[in-house]
Amino acid sequence: MSLLKVDNLSIVFGGVKAIDDLSFTIEPGKIHSIIGPNGAGKTTLFNLITGVYTPTTGTVLYENEGVTGFKSYELAARGMSRTFQNLQIFFNMTAIENVMVGAHLHLNRGFFASFFGLPTIKEGDRHCRETCLELLDFVGLRHYADTDTDSMPYGALKRLEIARALASKPKILLLDEPAAGLNPAESREIDEVIKKVAERGITVVLVEHDMKMVMEISDHILVLDYGRKLTEGTAQEVRNNPDVIAAYLGG
Amino acid sequence: MDKLKSPRTGGLLILMAIIAVLPAFLDNAFQVEIAILIFFNAIVCIGLNLLIGYAGQISLGHGAFVGLGAYGSAILTAHQGWDPLLSMVAAATFTGVLCFVIARPILKLKGHYLAMATLGMGIIISIVINTEDQLTGGPDGMYVDGLSFMTSQIHWYWLIGAVLVFSVWASLNLIHSPIGRALRAVHGSEVAAEVVGVDTTQYKVLIFVVSGVFASVVGSLGVYYSNFVTPDIAGFFHSIELVVMVVFGGMASTFGAVVGAAILTILPQVLTFLHDFEHLVFGLILMLTMIFLPKGLVPTLADLFKKGDKS
Repeated sequence: MSLLKVDNLSIVFGGVKAIDDLSFTIEPGKIHSIIGPNGAGKTTLFNLITGVYTPTTGTVLYENEGVTGFKSYELAARGMSRTFQNLQIFFNMTAIENVMVGAHLHLNRGFFASFFGLPTIKEGDRHCRETCLELLDFVGLRHYADTDTDSMPYGALKRLEIARALASKPKILLLDEPAAGLNPAESREIDEVIKKVAERGITVVLVEHDMKMVMEISDHILVLDYGRKLTEGTAQEVRNNPDVIAAYLGG
Repeated sequence: MDKLKSPRTGGLLILMAIIAVLPAFLDNAFQVEIAILIFFNAIVCIGLNLLIGYAGQISLGHGAFVGLGAYGSAILTAHQGWDPLLSMVAAATFTGVLCFVIARPILKLKGHYLAMATLGMGIIISIVINTEDQLTGGPDGMYVDGLSFMTSQIHWYWLIGAVLVFSVWASLNLIHSPIGRALRAVHGSEVAAEVVGVDTTQYKVLIFVVSGVFASVVGSLGVYYSNFVTPDIAGFFHSIELVVMVVFGGMASTFGAVVGAAILTILPQVLTFLHDFEHLVFGLILMLTMIFLPKGLVPTLADLFKKGDKS
């Protein structure tokens, strides 16, 4: 059974078909990558899958449930989370608080319990802080726990987004260019984190420009060009496909 | 012991201590009056700060909600003969429901557009109060009986002081809960909050309703305290005054809201000796604060102390 199934998906922005009749499936428990030249529609595709945009036509099936047009928070409740190409950090909070927002769905959110500061809320928060510290440890940021995020380095914030997404306990995690703007050493750290996430049994979908990283860690690669599927397959298959070479090098 | 040192519990204790000893330093009825006025404004600002400071949504119409509370209570008590407490609850419920209904369309807007929409809403409510003179007495205002058991002014001081302490306590509870973090996340990045499961619209509506109810309750209490209400209470200038108090004291700081309300309630009284120049100096103080303390008074001072600790 596929985890995610996209059928004939299209979105039109004022006459431009950013995604054009795209169909593919994502199997559970693997690292999938989506690659393509700039403007191929990778981030648009992420926005369509995660409910940021509503598709013009086509359907998205998640665990055999039609979720086309669902809001992001409804998808999060079903186990789908993501990170962003342009950092979307809560800069008005500390690192640990950012991660604790990620655990939102798994905490008591009753208004009156919160308003009167009932012990269940405080107990829940204490426990949540522990699990979120473990997640910070997982991405190697434990020492930043109580740091204000506006004074953290860029590379650390990239990993913080992953920790925050993991706190929502996703089944599928979509990472939009997690290594963009990082130096080779930081890039390798992200690499390790992604592999560890996949080892936890979380299905990873990756959009990335770092080809070395993509070829090394992906079980399956989907190549987009002008919003259409160019080809898909293993790293080996994709690397030797003449269409892919033409799209990247021109020809 | 650690609990006492936390800004949360420590701040609350300091506030309670100030309220407890303050009457010993107040010489006359006028000064007690100002203290009560500060409490009233502080409670509205605590609610408004949840909306502006924490959730990052501006409202230039909160005076209208104070007005709804005041007139709701006044009309139900004076015309219908309802029990004051019941009237207060009814007015707060009405305001809450109204906030809920208008919140969804209004809070879809951002920035200047949201400011304009809340401004317009406030003006509409203010116009209705002014023109429905059979019900509200129009621009002349209306008279209401006070609470029979509140026989002296100092009783009011203790009652509103207690309500203020409760409001601070509840506001701090709310902020230090998953709901509080969700609100701050809405301020930080709506799209990021949504993808981890925060229904941002729901939280914006929730906090709009909560802040509206805070304002309404203050309006009701205020009308029983002063026995009189005029449409000014729901007016544009009152709304702006409230926002300025929140921003001046410090956004996203509950104690900032209290300090802002205190200073900006006292300042016009202190400046009266300047006669015609009063507003000029008042404006100047506000401008200088915004230039030199852009985060507001309390957060800036808190940062200074933090830095002092480290060195």
